[in-house]
Amino acid sequence: MNETQSHPVLIDGSRLIAEACVRAGADAYVGYPITPASLIFFFASRRFPIALPAPDEITALQWMAGLSAAGYLPVSATSFPGFALMVESINMAYMMELPMLVILVQRLGPATGTATAGAQGDLLLLNGLVSGGYPLPVFCIADLEDCWRLPPVALQTAVDLRTPVVLLTSKEMVMTQESFDLARLAEIAPVRRTFYEGPGPYCTYDPADGLVPPFLPVGNGQHQVRLNASTHDRCGIIQHTSDEAMANTRRLQAKVEARTPVLYSLDEQEGARTLVVAYDITAGAAREAVAALRAQGVPVSLLIPRTLLPLPAVYLETMDRYPRVVIAEENHQGQLAHLLFGRRVPPHVRRVTAIGRMIRPDEIAQEVAR
Amino acid sequence: MSGFLVKPELPYCKGCGHHLIVRNTVKALEALGASPLDVVLVTDIGCHGIVDGNFATHTVHGLHGRSVALAAGIAMGLPPEKKVIVYIGDGGATIGLQHILEAARMNVDLTVVVHNNMLYGMTGGQPSGLTPTGFRTVLTPQGYPLPHHDLPRLVRDAGAPYAARVVGLGDFSDVLRQALEVEGFALVEVLEICVSYGVKMNPDLRLKELAQETGYEPGVWTGARPAFRPSRRETASLLEMPAVPRQYSSPLEGRMALILAGSAGEGVQQAAELLAQAAMMAGLHATKKGSYPVTVGVGFSTAEIVLSRDPIFYHGVPQPDAVVVTSADGLANQRERIRRMTGGVLWLDASLPRPETGAEVRVADFRGRAGARNAALYALLTVLRETGVVPPEAFLEAVRESPIGKHVDLSGW
Ligand code: SF4
Repeated sequence: MNETQSHPVLIDGSRLIAEACVRAGADAYVGYPITPASLIFFFASRRFPIALPAPDEITALQWMAGLSAAGYLPVSATSFPGFALMVESINMAYMMELPMLVILVQRLGPATGTATAGAQGDLLLLNGLVSGGYPLPVFCIADLEDCWRLPPVALQTAVDLRTPVVLLTSKEMVMTQESFDLARLAEIAPVRRTFYEGPGPYCTYDPADGLVPPFLPVGNGQHQVRLNASTHDRCGIIQHTSDEAMANTRRLQAKVEARTPVLYSLDEQEGARTLVVAYDITAGAAREAVAALRAQGVPVSLLIPRTLLPLPAVYLETMDRYPRVVIAEENHQGQLAHLLFGRRVPPHVRRVTAIGRMIRPDEIAQEVAR
Repeated sequence: MSGFLVKPELPYCKGCGHHLIVRNTVKALEALGASPLDVVLVTDIGCHGIVDGNFATHTVHGLHGRSVALAAGIAMGLPPEKKVIVYIGDGGATIGLQHILEAARMNVDLTVVVHNNMLYGMTGGQPSGLTPTGFRTVLTPQGYPLPHHDLPRLVRDAGAPYAARVVGLGDFSDVLRQALEVEGFALVEVLEICVSYGVKMNPDLRLKELAQETGYEPGVWTGARPAFRPSRRETASLLEMPAVPRQYSSPLEGRMALILAGSAGEGVQQAAELLAQAAMMAGLHATKKGSYPVTVGVGFSTAEIVLSRDPIFYHGVPQPDAVVVTSADGLANQRERIRRMTGGVLWLDASLPRPETGAEVRVADFRGRAGARNAALYALLTVLRETGVVPPEAFLEAVRESPIGKHVDLSGW
């Protein structure tokens, strides 16, 4: 980008996320204020074609489901206390197969915790969010450019898979103002969306020969639409545990596993014996740590996962190639490490963790150099 | 068979009042001349909820108690000629009372039909918020001790233009038709007895006298209010931001992390933002974040600013190079960090006691020179004058160009 075209501004991730959502075709925002997601609510209220303040987060999610059922592409942003209220309704939208985007801005827990302190503490929660263990697509923002790049991907995934999608981020990512060149932002194309156009009879959950059933809004004048949050057959009729209904439920897993885009960046260096893995806000510290190590002549590689769930196999495959792995994340347990290795994290996998503060580049560099 | 039903035999116990609600709904819709695909039936959890398979309308089967909120979302997304109906029980109305009141307050265009059989049928006969005093349930065999909610009254108070209560006997389709004709929120509470639990526990109760015996008053209450329906609007891009001009330069080679700590209402966050912009005008990268107590209008206000020659990926400030304190609130908030400083510079307002620190301390009269409101701005200007890390003129220009520019008298600074 040459100097004359550059457009430097001081900007935060919240503004980029709201703008990116609208450019990608999201048309309804339903919000309930909560720190540190309120800035997204503020910008969304200015920008979305329809923006509705809800009286609580359960209502927010239910309105979103209703709007989605009517053909809208709704978005909300919240933080753990509000997200907790949404969980049953997200399960409902998952079962009804309604596209929507929930942006989860992490803050320090447990419970109300510290509203104005960042954290990366909600990954394990997201991993078990849907009753039965069915996977929900979760993407995670690693820098300001991701605030622009990922919302359209998340929305397209929501539409393509007919599912709620979670975009994970955290306080320091969406509230910090940073110098940024707007000229670096690529054009955003609206999500591609098609509705069922067949002759009928339309069965809401009949995937034909694919994994994802074609969508049709309720209220349309052509075909009856039946949406159902309870166990149901291909036509949305409530069932106990019929074969057809169980096949439908299994399909929910199959479609997410098969069709969630795998997004990550892998910066490998020749001769590196250590792979640093970091996501969300800690990705920035990891980038600085890796740059500092390389400047000192220490070869090191860096993996920044952006698709967190379902967990792509390529992460473990990549780690397998390294004698040492350092996973850095701002929580007490090492949640990504736990997700990858369970309670038996192998000795060559080192965890760098912290709560109540951002992880520093020098902590990561030290662990690599150890 | 009506065009509204795909199966005439309903899934309810013999004698259950739910049958009549379905028949009267169908009759009301036929009287309106609606077509099945103009209707969205949203059901809740409860015996009534398994009826969607019988309907030829669009059907949505949601969560317990949330059907009114779900239906509100649907209604807000559909044109007025579509009819959105909610079937909910007294249990669902209890757990989802907030949704009912909110939809009534907003006057969302939907019709809520409450199947009030005064207990939870599906789960074995427990009392709900609509169980009347003296009514016997499986859990209260001596009679329920508390009064019931008065739903029509609650929704009227919340602003609903239509509310009714009927005994679920015979033909009450006219009331349902009226409710469906309202453009806005309408609620019809239908009193019935669950033959499986209600009758068993209250064998002497007669349906004809149900209203009197339970203290429920039948009636129709109406008003008029415009319905709420959001419409799509045109909005402007959030990225219509003026580019920060680059017309200065900075001698900074590496990185400088600065903390500005003062009091709420004294322009700390704005001053920090202007410093970040001034740094950009001088060709640096910059980040700024704020920290303040939940009561934003009182107490401390602290900003962290990182300035750097190279792009900043990590914007934390574990060890500041400079801390600038303009008030006692700011000092209290940063005291611990100041104590841990082993180098760098602490700029301290002359009014403040000298804290314990390993930093070089420079005292200046920020508040006296610029007043409390502009102390933060003046303090940063002082730092720039003493360090030259960003040209002071860049900062003054950023101030002048900002919304506060015309309120700050910079002469003599
Ligand atoms: S259990 Fe009660 S409410 Fe349910 S269908 Fe039977 S009579 Fe009706």
